[in-house]
Amino acid sequence: MSSIGTGYDLSASQFSPDGRVFQVEYAQKAVEIGGTAIGLRGKDGVVLAVEKIVTSKLYEPGSGKKIFHIDEGIGMATSGLISDARHLAENARNEASSYRNQYGNSVPLKYLNDRVSMYMHVYTLYSAVRPFGCSIILGSYEKGQPVMYMVDPSGISHGYFGCAVGKAKQAAKTEIEKLKLSELTCKELVKEAARIIYMVHDELKDKNFELELSWVGKHTNGRHEFVPKAVLAEAEEAAKAAMEEHSDSDGEDM
Amino acid sequence: MDVDTSNLNPNDWMNAELSTGTSIMAVEFDGGVVIGADSRTTTGSYIASRVTDKLTRITDKIYCCRSGSAADTQAVAEIVAYHLEFYSTEMGEEPLVETAAAIFREMCYTYRGQLMAGIIVAGWDSVKGGQVYDIPLGGMIIRERVSMGGSGSGYVLGYIDANYKPNLPRDECIKLVSNTLTLAMSRDGSSGGIVRLGVIEGGKPIQRSTIPGNKLVRFYSGE
Repeated sequence: MSSIGTGYDLSASQFSPDGRVFQVEYAQKAVEIGGTAIGLRGKDGVVLAVEKIVTSKLYEPGSGKKIFHIDEGIGMATSGLISDARHLAENARNEASSYRNQYGNSVPLKYLNDRVSMYMHVYTLYSAVRPFGCSIILGSYEKGQPVMYMVDPSGISHGYFGCAVGKAKQAAKTEIEKLKLSELTCKELVKEAARIIYMVHDELKDKNFELELSWVGKHTNGRHEFVPKAVLAEAEEAAKAAMEEHSDSDGEDM
Repeated sequence: MDVDTSNLNPNDWMNAELSTGTSIMAVEFDGGVVIGADSRTTTGSYIASRVTDKLTRITDKIYCCRSGSAADTQAVAEIVAYHLEFYSTEMGEEPLVETAAAIFREMCYTYRGQLMAGIIVAGWDSVKGGQVYDIPLGGMIIRERVSMGGSGSGYVLGYIDANYKPNLPRDECIKLVSNTLTLAMSRDGSSGGIVRLGVIEGGKPIQRSTIPGNKLVRFYSGE
């Protein structure tokens, strides 16, 4: 840790002399060691993809999911501490259901994002609590428009066309920036998302991983769903093929 | 023989609750809603006001028609208006008619034991267009193309059944509302005065009008 911050990193309720809150920055570091999660907002929906690192062969496939259903039409992808993310998912679900209860229709993502961000921010203000060690990506399709937000441990949130968090966020962002997101459909985005996750996955550091893919858009009637097995398999095949091609062309260059 | 005459007290207005023994109505049409009401407020048999406005603004594009206790419905309408004002500030957009109706429902149901309120919520939003929600006494909610409430409704429901068809054009809806209210006001002793009308259409501000008692259509009422 830098010498400037010495002694000022024990509490989330204390600034360092140069105006930083170290506990929040450490929380952001915790996200940076988590599996990569990306969100792509196309012209007819949002696709969420997560690289779930599998640390033991004894785990059942599909367990410890990192993409959550929040409301009928809202999905949430996470990176960082999974148990913190589950708590946030529960909070978001309660917000969504209390909104429906009060106002008689489903919660607009803009509002849900405000509420969850506020909740995360509150955990950066008091000495008795620690900030959340995870970032979340929220996606939905409402009034015929795809919407996506990302919230980080400090409680900051932005709307995005494409976003990435986790250990390979830089590489993933570079790939996402190459896409013409506003012209792509969900079906095309699923392939891109799978390709990007496969591409940024570091085989040397983490051997096994599971790709989680979900979408919400026009074709799902505004419902957030996990991508069907067949489509997922197809996207994974395409991603692997693209990887092969990539390594082949690397060979030629040598 | 003792006869209970307490219900015949000529000064019943001293005890009776100020109430809008009423005729109210709302109809959906393609692109908006027509709302209407009579203008009588009674205290027992005494007419406390003959020019009451029972069409109450909640937001610019959502109105409600009030029936039952004047005090209860005014209070509920004010609270809902406050909620929606807050909602629009927070969300940065106008609330849906559904949302307004849900808040009304919540209050009317939660306090069903204390309230005497039969409310019709009507308005327009960009998602579902013109909408009418009926929230009768127990606090249930139902969306209807056409709805009528208040003590006067019992006399003319058949008239609505006979004359309403789905997709009635705007002007036909206005005519249906004013005619139905006129008939209800002539049969129902606790409805009367003038007919108040409102049309909420698309993005336009509400268009309000009144028909004075002497300009109402004369239907047959005996020789």
